[in-house]
Amino acid sequence: MLVKQRISSVGIHAVLIAYSVLALFPLALIVLNSFKTRKAIFRDPTGLPLGESFSAKGYDSVLSNSDFPLYFGNSLTVTVVSLVLILLLGAMASHALSEYRFPGDTFLGLYLVLGIMVPIRLGTVALLELIVSMGLANTLTALILVYTAQGLPIAIFIFTEFLRSVSKEIKDSARIDGLSEYRIFFEVVIPLVRPVIATVAVFSMIPIWNDLWFPLILSPGEESRTVTLGVQQFIGQYTVNWGAVLASLSVAILPVLVMYVIFSKQLIRGITAGAVKG
Amino acid sequence: MATLELKGIKKSFGSTDVIHDMNLDVNDGELIVFVGPSGCGKSTMLRMIAGLETLSAGQISIGGKRVDHLPPTDRGIAMVFQSYALYPHKDVRGNLGFALKHAKVPQKEIDERVNKASEILGLSDLMKRKPRELSGGQRQRVAIGRAIVREPDVFLFDEPLSNLDAALRVHMRVELLKLHQRLRNTMVYVTHDQVEAMTLADRIVVFREGRVEQVGTPLELYRQPMNTFVAGFIGSPAMNFLMARVEDGTVKLADTPVCKTSANNGSVKLGIRPEHLALSDDGPFDGKVSVFEHLGGESFLHLTLNDNQTMVAKLDGERSFAPGDQCRLGVRQEYCHVFDESENRVVE
Ligand SMILES: Nc1ncnc2c1ncn2[C@@H]1O[C@H](COP(=O)(O)OP(=O)(O)OP(=O)(O)O)[C@@H](O)[C@H]1O
Ligand SMILES: [Mg+2]
Repeated sequence: MLVKQRISSVGIHAVLIAYSVLALFPLALIVLNSFKTRKAIFRDPTGLPLGESFSAKGYDSVLSNSDFPLYFGNSLTVTVVSLVLILLLGAMASHALSEYRFPGDTFLGLYLVLGIMVPIRLGTVALLELIVSMGLANTLTALILVYTAQGLPIAIFIFTEFLRSVSKEIKDSARIDGLSEYRIFFEVVIPLVRPVIATVAVFSMIPIWNDLWFPLILSPGEESRTVTLGVQQFIGQYTVNWGAVLASLSVAILPVLVMYVIFSKQLIRGITAGAVKG
Repeated sequence: MATLELKGIKKSFGSTDVIHDMNLDVNDGELIVFVGPSGCGKSTMLRMIAGLETLSAGQISIGGKRVDHLPPTDRGIAMVFQSYALYPHKDVRGNLGFALKHAKVPQKEIDERVNKASEILGLSDLMKRKPRELSGGQRQRVAIGRAIVREPDVFLFDEPLSNLDAALRVHMRVELLKLHQRLRNTMVYVTHDQVEAMTLADRIVVFREGRVEQVGTPLELYRQPMNTFVAGFIGSPAMNFLMARVEDGTVKLADTPVCKTSANNGSVKLGIRPEHLALSDDGPFDGKVSVFEHLGGESFLHLTLNDNQTMVAKLDGERSFAPGDQCRLGVRQEYCHVFDESENRVVE
């Protein structure tokens, strides 16, 4: 019995490690090669950046490029603001849908999650026209609005499921304690579903940070470029500055990583808190 | 300290009527228990008193003042829920003081009231713990403490003990009773456990399908149940009901006279509590033992009468029976409850 458990635990770990290696390999490759000379990248892509092959020139050109911090800031602004809007509006809408009965509530709930089934990129042309006619072309606002719309349906879908499971009696006792409906939402409901918020945050964040499509179409202007778009300037028609491309990608991984670490702490806390009864 | 008055209360959810016409006067300091089977509208009634549910018709007054237009927090009530409903991210002290903090009560007074409540309930050593670090009984005490701290006119309890195990339930029942004797507040307590109802209540309100079947002290309900529903609901084990006939003022079971009654001739239901049956050589209930349960100090005898009706008797632990034994039981006149064909009590 014990032996069997031992074997199965070894097996599980083997599978997990294999998966981790597979998933991390391209990332490691990016980071490794970002420290190598152009020649070394092509001669020996998997080699370590040692001795002659080491070069921080990529980072040099990225960091000395005065535009890069701007792109970086743009990406960060767009991601953080969109994320805040998605989480706030999504959670509030879901709270209303799960807590209050009003005429047309089912219809509204369906309408709000319908977006899951319609890829927002299908509407690119219409979106572009809309954004241009609102005078928002080449602004971060355009991206924030589009990303918020893109993220809301799935966020509402998930939040509604979890907010329904929040005990009605807790909300009722908060009502007896004299809290307004807003304070019930912020002070009682939100703390109860923090892990869910972290989950939604993690998988809403990554597609926004990584998106190239909408920055390219809605805000290609010099001032409003995001990192993903900014990297493109190192990819010329005839030459590609691989060192710089890889270096900027490596730097771009960092904030996602940091946010993920922050949120995942919440995630793990949520999972273990649920495991112990109560 | 306040009276509670319910007048002509009705409640429907869509087209289903849940409360039909509820009238009740609760005296100051009284502990009223709502009891009834699942789904009969007890919680709904309580939530209407609390202001968590709107009325379809009727009035609620607390301390002589109409409150049914007020939000829950202004009604002078506090409610304890079945699931405790503690705020999981606040420690015990935070939970107890939350309502007061929100009402902008000065910190000094909050501390005083919280400390007093925690002392009453024996929570003083647990003040820094989160709800998930407490046992079920401790959580329930925090929930009760949260109600005490608000110093309400009326306490509302919705099955506060039903999540606890049997031993703890008995213990907390006694605690609640002590608490009531100490605070002397008006309390409304909902349960579907008739033992809780009998032990706690000053008066019991028996619900069935949104209607009040009977209101009275526990002993009134036990001694003079107004219909078979109340008779069967109050008392454990439940009352035996036998089909019988009345002939010229005498209740007869297959020609054997059992007791006198003022009911008219015809068929009636005869109700007898198991604890009122006794072994008797010339008793009217003659049959074969089908099951005999011995519990030590007492025993339950399941008897199949000669006309195939069954009854249960609660006897002392002195004698033993085997299945198939012949046995005769008798009952005293004053312990016979006679119900007419519409299941209502025949008043003697
Ligand atoms: N929000 C609601 N919408 C529709 N019907 C409801 C609602 N709340 C309660 N009911 C119905 O009202 C009836 C009474 O419910 P209530 O919760 O008051 O019963 P109860 O006596 O407290 O039962 P229990 O002992 O199981 O708690 C039930 O039939 C229930 O289905
Ligand atoms: Mg109930």
